[in-house]
Amino acid sequence: MKTATFKIWRGDAQDGRFEDYSTEVSEGMVVLDAVHKIQASQANDLACRWNCKAGRCGSCSAEINGMPRLMCMTRLSDLPLEKSVTIQPMKSFPLVRDLVTDVSWNFKVKTQIKPFKPRPPDRPDGTWRMGQADVDRVREFRKCIECFLCQDVCHVLREHHQYDEFIGPRYLVYVAALEMHPLDTEDRLPELKQAHGVGYCNITKCCTSACPESISITDNAIIPLKERVVDDFYDPLGKLWKWVRSKSKT
Amino acid sequence: MAEHETHQYDVLVIGAGGAGLRAAIEASASGVSVGLICKSLLGKAHTVMAEGGIAAALANVDDRDNWKVHFSDTMRGGQYVNNWRMAEIHAKEAPDRVRELEAWGAVFDRTDDGRILQRNFGGHKYPRLAHVGDRTGLEMIRTLQDHGIHRGIEVHMECTIVTLLKENGRIVGAFGYERERGRFKLFQAKAVVLATGGIGRAFKVSSNSWEYTGDGHALAFHSGAELIDMEFVQFHPTGMVWPPSVMGILVTEGVRGEGGVLLNKEGRRFMFDDIPDLYKGQTADNEEEGWRYCQGDKQARRPPELLTRDHVARCIVREIKEGRGSPHGGVYLDIAWIQKKLPKAEEYIRRKLPSMYQQFKQLADIDITKEPMEVGPTTHYVMGGIRVDSDTQMSSVTGLFAAGECAAGINGANRLGGNSLSDLLVFGKRAGEHAAQFARDNPQGGVPTEQVDQAADRIIQPFDRSAEGGENPFQVQHDLQEKMQELVGIVRRESEMQQALDELQTFKQRAARAVVHGNREYNPGWHTALDLDNLLTVSEIIARSALERKESRGAHFREDFPGKDEALGKVNTVVHKDPEGDIQLRHNPIAEMPSHLKEIIEQMK
Repeated sequence: MKTATFKIWRGDAQDGRFEDYSTEVSEGMVVLDAVHKIQASQANDLACRWNCKAGRCGSCSAEINGMPRLMCMTRLSDLPLEKSVTIQPMKSFPLVRDLVTDVSWNFKVKTQIKPFKPRPPDRPDGTWRMGQADVDRVREFRKCIECFLCQDVCHVLREHHQYDEFIGPRYLVYVAALEMHPLDTEDRLPELKQAHGVGYCNITKCCTSACPESISITDNAIIPLKERVVDDFYDPLGKLWKWVRSKSKT
Repeated sequence: MAEHETHQYDVLVIGAGGAGLRAAIEASASGVSVGLICKSLLGKAHTVMAEGGIAAALANVDDRDNWKVHFSDTMRGGQYVNNWRMAEIHAKEAPDRVRELEAWGAVFDRTDDGRILQRNFGGHKYPRLAHVGDRTGLEMIRTLQDHGIHRGIEVHMECTIVTLLKENGRIVGAFGYERERGRFKLFQAKAVVLATGGIGRAFKVSSNSWEYTGDGHALAFHSGAELIDMEFVQFHPTGMVWPPSVMGILVTEGVRGEGGVLLNKEGRRFMFDDIPDLYKGQTADNEEEGWRYCQGDKQARRPPELLTRDHVARCIVREIKEGRGSPHGGVYLDIAWIQKKLPKAEEYIRRKLPSMYQQFKQLADIDITKEPMEVGPTTHYVMGGIRVDSDTQMSSVTGLFAAGECAAGINGANRLGGNSLSDLLVFGKRAGEHAAQFARDNPQGGVPTEQVDQAADRIIQPFDRSAEGGENPFQVQHDLQEKMQELVGIVRRESEMQQALDELQTFKQRAARAVVHGNREYNPGWHTALDLDNLLTVSEIIARSALERKESRGAHFREDFPGKDEALGKVNTVVHKDPEGDIQLRHNPIAEMPSHLKEIIEQMK
């Protein structure tokens, strides 16, 4: 069997270093398998998160050879194993230990976004009617597995630490999913402009390329949201039109 | 008392998958304070892996469907050892629970007239599974999570409970540790809901994640609650078998629901070779009819690939054993063949089964729209669990409730696909409702200091053991999984289960020598060492229960007793812990089914 070497970040917020491990690799192995093998045989206390091991839960996010990836979906055969494979925790969140980071900020951000508010049911039995095409439109955003890799690579967070001003790509996708939900009636545009800081995104599309679910975060979620904000707050003709319409109604 | 932080709630929910979240939402909606404990991060529980859908007789696709058909399908699938009252409640309430999810923002696939679309699944007479492609579990857990975070529920992520606290025979709280710093947490609660999921990590080939170590089963058992039906472990017929690193990962039954067929290496659809009498009348006897069924022809009967999971799994094992398996020890599951029938088959498969497409493409270099998958059985679900009152979900211990996979009754000897997600919703809601009611009717209990200290001492022991002669907890877990798979797996024999029980004694000794390196901060070695206790408890209960059911029924197949025993078809296996700490087992008669339910079953035959 072939052997591969791994440089894995070990340590906590105070102190840390890369440590080298080598382990045998077999056909089909993913990075998470190697981490598990190392954990089981050489470093029982090596901290990492994982759950489903099938790219569905978004727990095992890490930076592999500097790239934001899910460890469970990164095949060793796709990596140059003649060099050691570097595995380190996501940089944008405080380190807990080894490959585990404190992602609690993300959960806090979500609670600040206005929840789903459906229109009244379409039928007396309390049900709604929706077309498959309308459903398909939001489906892409609802695929999100909350791995937070998009947050990890977003330079507004990663380099500029605007955690209080900007909700990050994950939550712009979340807002888009709510705003484009066929039944939703809530208006999140004022927050989007201010508290959620949609303007901070300058569409470098790093989030889109990091997304393991291939969600077109920038093109399909963020840009349409930016456009809505622009239409609502900065378009003088639009404003005039709305004013006229509101007058004509009253 | 050991140093710890204290939290006080009316209702404490342990487990944050579908059942736990639904229970927490319900309890909180009734105005009591609720704490919710997740072993992982919120939204990562195994519910995300559920693929096929939520079974509910909405009758949106086939108007012949109703709760009675769903009820009788569930009972037939469970081979009539189910708790009939739970099966009745489940069938009646599931449609409302699905509609409620839609009101909370879930986006299901649609019928042409805009209603919730339903798909075919094994053992369900009509298309019944409300679904979102093959990502229904993700949609469900995210909907519950996003709804739940606005309801004032206090969430404790990455926290593991190691013991329930009792005072005068009643549950008064729970004690555990948080993963990040390894600190102890004490939860006082008037009522506790267990929603911890299953036991899949007791077996080597499993679709379950690291969390599924039977925690709720063991917590309940040690607190004196009864467990039932633990011999019934579901091996899902289709898990991935190649490459080795992905062995066991689930391949949804939805593949077969959309027309996928099972083939042996000779290319034969072997499922046609063995159709049980109980299902002869409902099953297609030729390939053409099976395909018409998958295409929604109401006159057609369903293909044999959609027989119940226990049966399909055994047929696959038979093919492999008799040398007709695929190169990597499985059989073929082919959905690509539908291109002969459908014009845009490729697009259809990718739309209906996006996760499967991606999973095989990325992990196995297989394009499922063009070539067959290799699949084999994988440990998926435990029908057995905590014995609960059918209406309130309270266990045999006062103040302790259970819902979802860790509770038992609804599924009998075999669960139908899709009945789990609906079970989580129906009984999660009921558990939350009745736990809240119990909390309103009862005062907060005290803190049983001695129990807290005992638990605290026990869980830090692995740090104090000497390295000499010490065991690596991961190695013990690995060896245990191999033994359980080998000796108490899909096909069981008395001698092997006896051997398993003997070996479990050795495993207990090894687990007691498990050594942990490092400190208490996010230390997986420590967590694995602690999980071993629960795995060993449930493994022993499964082996004991299986040994005593001397017949084959549903998921429990005895090579030494291949037929059904009518007398055993009228009992449940019940276990509890006696004062000496040993497992006591008895066969308990199933209550007589009321005549109106009997009539339904007769009518549906």
